[in-house]
Amino acid sequence: MDLHNFLYGIYPYIALSVFLLGSWLRFDREQYTWKSDSSQLLSKANMRLGSNLFHVGIIAIFFGHFVGLLTPHSWFQAMGVSDMAHQMVAIWAGSIFGIMCLIGGAILWVRRMFNARVSAASRGSDKFILTWLLITLLLGLSTIPVSIGHANHDNPAVMIALAEWVQSIVYLRPDPALLNGVDTIFKVHLFFGMTVFLVFPFTRMVHVWSAPFGYVARPYQIVRSKRFR
Amino acid sequence: MKVRAQFAFVFNLDKCIGCHTCSVTCKNVWTNRKGVEYAWFNNVESKPGVGYPKQWENQEVWKGGWELKNGKLELKSGSRTSKLLNIFANPDMPQIDDYYEPFTYNYAHLQNAPLSEATPTARPISQITGESMEKIKWGPNWEDDLAGEYHKRSKDKNMDNIQKEMYGQFENTFHMYLPRICNHCLNASCVAACPSGSIYKREEDGIVLVDQDKCRGWRMCVSSCPYKKVFYNWESGKAEKCIGCYPRVESGMPTVCSESCVGRIRYNGIMLYDADRIEELASMENEQDLYEAQCKIFLDPNDPQVIAAARAEGINEDWLDAARKSPIWKMAMDWKIAFPMHPEFRTLPMVWYVPPLSPVQSQIDQGNLPVGPDGAIPVSGTMRLPIEYLANLLTAGKTAPIESALNRLIAMRSYQRSVHVEGVADTRALDAAGITEEQAKEMYRYLAIANYEDRFVIPTGHTEETLDDAFGFQGQNGFSFGNDSSHGVSKITLFPRRRKDTVEPKELAPSSDNS
Repeated sequence: MDLHNFLYGIYPYIALSVFLLGSWLRFDREQYTWKSDSSQLLSKANMRLGSNLFHVGIIAIFFGHFVGLLTPHSWFQAMGVSDMAHQMVAIWAGSIFGIMCLIGGAILWVRRMFNARVSAASRGSDKFILTWLLITLLLGLSTIPVSIGHANHDNPAVMIALAEWVQSIVYLRPDPALLNGVDTIFKVHLFFGMTVFLVFPFTRMVHVWSAPFGYVARPYQIVRSKRFR
Repeated sequence: MKVRAQFAFVFNLDKCIGCHTCSVTCKNVWTNRKGVEYAWFNNVESKPGVGYPKQWENQEVWKGGWELKNGKLELKSGSRTSKLLNIFANPDMPQIDDYYEPFTYNYAHLQNAPLSEATPTARPISQITGESMEKIKWGPNWEDDLAGEYHKRSKDKNMDNIQKEMYGQFENTFHMYLPRICNHCLNASCVAACPSGSIYKREEDGIVLVDQDKCRGWRMCVSSCPYKKVFYNWESGKAEKCIGCYPRVESGMPTVCSESCVGRIRYNGIMLYDADRIEELASMENEQDLYEAQCKIFLDPNDPQVIAAARAEGINEDWLDAARKSPIWKMAMDWKIAFPMHPEFRTLPMVWYVPPLSPVQSQIDQGNLPVGPDGAIPVSGTMRLPIEYLANLLTAGKTAPIESALNRLIAMRSYQRSVHVEGVADTRALDAAGITEEQAKEMYRYLAIANYEDRFVIPTGHTEETLDDAFGFQGQNGFSFGNDSSHGVSKITLFPRRRKDTVEPKELAPSSDNS
């Protein structure tokens, strides 16, 4: 088996398994470590701008990938979305939210690395994951010119191939050959993206699972009893 | 009527000498760990002053507590939705400099320095970065005993509507100590603000705790507590707060701050209250009605109806007994000399304060103060501490209840003076203040003598109702972090073992029966 088949046929399953089982294990056994790990107490400056840009950007990008790559091709066609329209939406949304995320991420990265307090209170995994996310983001942004190039030639083949490949992974019919005609930059971005899932359970990323939507419907006061009921 | 019991406090400010023994014992027991060096679950402030953290009372800055929006009780920091929208960066979050940057000193240098002309010095070191600090700019008690410039200290929110310039003059200076802990509120805004639902009130004793496992570090509690008594542990990433020393209280001991209080100013006891009326009574239109409203939530432990309802709720007999002997009930309800701090925050706090009489003897001797009919005890409105200041602190600015309380404290002294100095009981002052001789004698016993068993009436937690094998549990559990405190979020578990319902030791000792 060559590297290509490993990275795009087996590595995704390693990453996803570690992602799911690791998260479950950590939640079950080490919930005390399950947190957003905010450093806002130590330094508030630029947090409002940086953190909001970063989070809004990255959440939009995540759901953009999720919907864009996992929706079956036939559904897009049934909804009357042409391949080129799909690609243009991806390019525009990716650029806007990608740049938002990049600006916010850069603010947070500078703070994380060079603010004496934040840097001293950071664990290695904190600095690593932020840096890794930013590299992944930069790689993702550098695919945009390539995509625009394809779009200029009315050629949605690469986009379709990527979606087909992601779906082949999800349907447990991995087909690395689908990526044969895809530009290298996409493949590097894929590797970095999959690795985010691999390291996810070992970093502060786990707080993503705990987005507290339930709060909206919760009564304000909470009372717990120690008695058996 | 839904009867609940609340573990409550009264601090008698008249006797606080500002020695900080409470703060130090609390610190040594609970917050001498990394990440909470800056956190003081108990602190003592010199008032007037901006306090710890700076300006904590000014909710225009911090947006703590509740407010009425169109007659409905809402968190001042915003709705639930706005909390979620601000979750990436809480705009009302204090920065550590608002408390102070925790520091130690490079003591080792004093011993290791090479021989030199000048004495070596121990430079301050930041406990966050480990680097030397150029200068310590603020500390946990920077304004101790009126330290610092008056114009800075007088930014104290309680100085609103008071002639500040007048009290800036040396002759008119006034001063009091204000010891503060978590108020274990009946309508706690930290509980309400927690997006992950990790903060809760215990049904049995009303102590407010943060579930360390469920806390996700969203930090909304820190800004929403108007008393700024929830702290963010920057090492663990979790919120921490005063735990009411529940391991001690459950075994019938007072909290460590109360136990160690040199001046015997702290009282621990049980109050029964009607949990069904919390929202109604916290929603009074006029802020100045909130003190009286909170008095209405308390239930008379001698009322047969209340007793029956309490039993129906499963409150044990020894707790009802403790509620009847509660020093808190006596001071807050019977004598009306204790008040909640800042009732206008609408959290229904459960640490109440007896307002201080200023030390006045030399003023009286010099004839500077008008005195009562006994010629020795001053009239309340003429004392050094402006009543408006105390009212801003304790009754949202309503002076009548404070004046009445001070008059009662003075009347008690006047009466006792007549008994012990003149040898004849003079009850004129008592009559004027509206208390009986019996009450005055009891007040004297509780306030002046302050016996241990009068100050602390604490029924034990009923462990037998929460544990299968209480004897096996004995002596096995201490203060711990992580994977011990949660009721568990998910019922599905990766491992085939029961989720814990309560704190349990890893290995139970052999049951007492098998020895």
